[in-house]
Amino acid sequence: MKKAPERLTSLLDECKTLAFDLNFNYAKQWKAKSKYRLLVGYLPIYVPREIIHAANGLAVGLMGVGDRKQIIKGDAYYQSYICHLPRGIIEMALDNNLDNFDGFLFPSICDCVRNLSGMFKLAKKGKFSRYFDYPQNFEKHIGGTFYRELNETIINDMFKINDMKITTQHLNASIALYNHNRDLIETIYNIRQEFPWRLSAVDIYHIIRAGMVINVEKHNEMLEEVVNLISEDFGEPMDNIRVVISGSFCEQPPIGMIKSIEMAGCYIVDDDFMLGSRWIQGRIDDTTNDPLNEIVEAFLTKSAPSSAVYDVPHPKSARLVQQVRDRGADGVIFCAASFCDPALLDRPDLQKACDDAGIAHINFQFHENTGQFKVIKEQAGTFSDSIKLWV
Amino acid sequence: MSNPKEAIKEKSMVIQKEMLANLFTELSNAKANGKKVVYTFVPGNLTELILAMDMLPVYPEINALQSGMRKKSGGYIKDAEKLGFSEDVCTYVKCDIGMMLNGNIGPTGEKLPEPDLLLLSYTGCFTFLKWFENLERLYPGVEIAMLHTPYQEDGKITEDQISYMVKQLKEDVIPKMEKVAGKKLDYDRLGKMLDNAAKAEDLWVKVLETAKNRPSPIDSYFAGVYYMGPLNTAFRGTEEAVHYYEELYKEVTDRMKLGLCPVTPEGEMKEEKFRLVVEGPPNWTNFREFWKIFYDMGAVIVASTYTKVGGLYDQGFRHEPGKPLESLAKYCMGCYTNLNLPQRVDLIEHYIKEYKADGFLINSIKSCNSFSAGQLLMMREVEQRCGIPVGFIESDLVDPRYFSYANIKNRLESYFQMLGQRKVIIAQEEAAV
Ligand code: SF4
Ligand code: SF4
Repeated sequence: MKKAPERLTSLLDECKTLAFDLNFNYAKQWKAKSKYRLLVGYLPIYVPREIIHAANGLAVGLMGVGDRKQIIKGDAYYQSYICHLPRGIIEMALDNNLDNFDGFLFPSICDCVRNLSGMFKLAKKGKFSRYFDYPQNFEKHIGGTFYRELNETIINDMFKINDMKITTQHLNASIALYNHNRDLIETIYNIRQEFPWRLSAVDIYHIIRAGMVINVEKHNEMLEEVVNLISEDFGEPMDNIRVVISGSFCEQPPIGMIKSIEMAGCYIVDDDFMLGSRWIQGRIDDTTNDPLNEIVEAFLTKSAPSSAVYDVPHPKSARLVQQVRDRGADGVIFCAASFCDPALLDRPDLQKACDDAGIAHINFQFHENTGQFKVIKEQAGTFSDSIKLWV
Repeated sequence: MSNPKEAIKEKSMVIQKEMLANLFTELSNAKANGKKVVYTFVPGNLTELILAMDMLPVYPEINALQSGMRKKSGGYIKDAEKLGFSEDVCTYVKCDIGMMLNGNIGPTGEKLPEPDLLLLSYTGCFTFLKWFENLERLYPGVEIAMLHTPYQEDGKITEDQISYMVKQLKEDVIPKMEKVAGKKLDYDRLGKMLDNAAKAEDLWVKVLETAKNRPSPIDSYFAGVYYMGPLNTAFRGTEEAVHYYEELYKEVTDRMKLGLCPVTPEGEMKEEKFRLVVEGPPNWTNFREFWKIFYDMGAVIVASTYTKVGGLYDQGFRHEPGKPLESLAKYCMGCYTNLNLPQRVDLIEHYIKEYKADGFLINSIKSCNSFSAGQLLMMREVEQRCGIPVGFIESDLVDPRYFSYANIKNRLESYFQMLGQRKVIIAQEEAAV
């Protein structure tokens, strides 16, 4: 068996360190290089990072603390029946992990994230903190106009801090960089679909999560290198089934859980872990005189169907079934954070869609700091075995 | 635990009961009479639009809470869980879905008609969106209109937000309603309804404000949830609702003049010992027992946030016949759960001061992230700003598994003890001055 290239191993180590640096040292050092630079933290799932980039800012994804930080203060802010993600975020804010951040965006994904935006306001964190209330109406002159105004408000918030005007040229350049970023991520998923043994699900997780906390230029360089390295043949296939993970778009499952699922015999060939990085399906035009309009248009017409978007005109169940087909997956693992209304309220319908399409599925719930994976491993193992028996 | 006695009924209650009975009769005859039925939510409801097009509204939240009060919700929730809904999610949704799975029998024992339109007024709660997505699948092919109400994230309603909502109403929601109703919206008729709405709102505010009196003639929470019914649901905009609030106001002012305390299910409270402001919805499965803990201790709720989920009229908002769609938009955006956390804290602080409350209590609801997420920080802020004892209890809306009578009673008793001690200390200090 040919071994993985050494460079890949060191690159993956770098990504792993970046992905879980809860002090965001890279981003803070990046900002320290110029007084005109900004750091804007954002919660899952999606914000148009292009506008932050074009305003000389770095959008930093705040994906929770996982099992990497002990929650002490955060638990005093949340009742036991609220998911885990916001406690970690508030813990970081109170522990000064987020010092030097200029602003915070809280996308419209659920009422916990919405109310967290108010908690940041009450705690006076950042020079601005906004609930990013993206429209649930997808008509260009209705929801589109509103979305444009929303983006302009944030552009204005950033302008007030660093006095940097976004030009057409800047924004087009930022769009191009993120187009390339999404292309590269897609390429990695595509290669992995065919050769899942070349990169583990945990590796790909670290690679993408690293991109949430560094500048897109550097992330693109890393992704290009990864694409090159995994285009070569190495490693050895295992007798695993292929699964798609659904429901982990906000609070992130612990790494140990992702590892356990694969070790139990399930290659994860697609997921919604960091859906925000892959939210826009396809490219945004980076050649027009009104790039903000292109960003709006992309939101209206190319957003990934997800639990954050009004479903009736965009059925996410159809997307999941299609995703399973496209990836040649054998089944779906529904994997939602406990107390996550958006994921858990969608689950019955998604399960039904799988049943109707003859797709096998199982279901787990987790907290980001779950430490025991024995049961999950056993269940994933049984799932894998049952599929192998029947397929 | 003693058995609750038969509730004492005032004239306004009788009127409301009749209004509801008529509505449910109309609903059960809806299909036969060719009336269209609209399922919609309480916060940010568009009742005047529905009624102005001669359609009948059904409010799934109200069905859920009534199922809770009739002790049916536990079974409904379990049935929804069998269908795959997690134990963790909002129990209103599960109760509603369970009720449908069990034949959609309404509070009068008759089957509720199926919807002709799902009107998703998505105000103040993300779960509403999920709820209606699920309903849409239970009634495949039904017309569905969605009105996205932007959140007051910056503590104010902006022109952009109003224009976004008016455009949705004009170009999407109203045309869909017209299609289902089979008739055009008559703006004159709508104007008249909004005028009636404003009249009822004036009266409702006057009722609420009687609680500033000592003793308060009303309980703004436990009785408040009944008082707010006609305005928050199927009757806003009607003459009947105006009549109901005239009668209610008269009753309440009569009581006030006589220096009487609130009416409870077991008669009149004899003494007002503690005045409280309460945040959060009540529990419905054990509503009477829950209320009894308070009135047995002489505690009166003088202001509550829950009675503002259907509109914040006491802060000045009124429906305006001259600007129908703008005012509907502002109405939707102004509901309590659409306020940001700093606004909510400010409002509570205002209530505590304005209504001279002795304490502030949160009933934190397991189901409801819209209310509950952030309440612990709100509690600390309020405590800091107002310097009064704060209390915190937990229950659920309609899931009986999450109402622990003994636990809640213990907590409340200690809390009232603390309030009592504080009163003694304050009295001693005042005597010393
Ligand atoms: S995990 Fe779910 S409930 Fe929690 S913040 Fe994220 S979307 Fe909201
Ligand atoms: S989360 Fe709260 S506001 Fe939303 S539907 Fe449930 S109980 Fe109602």
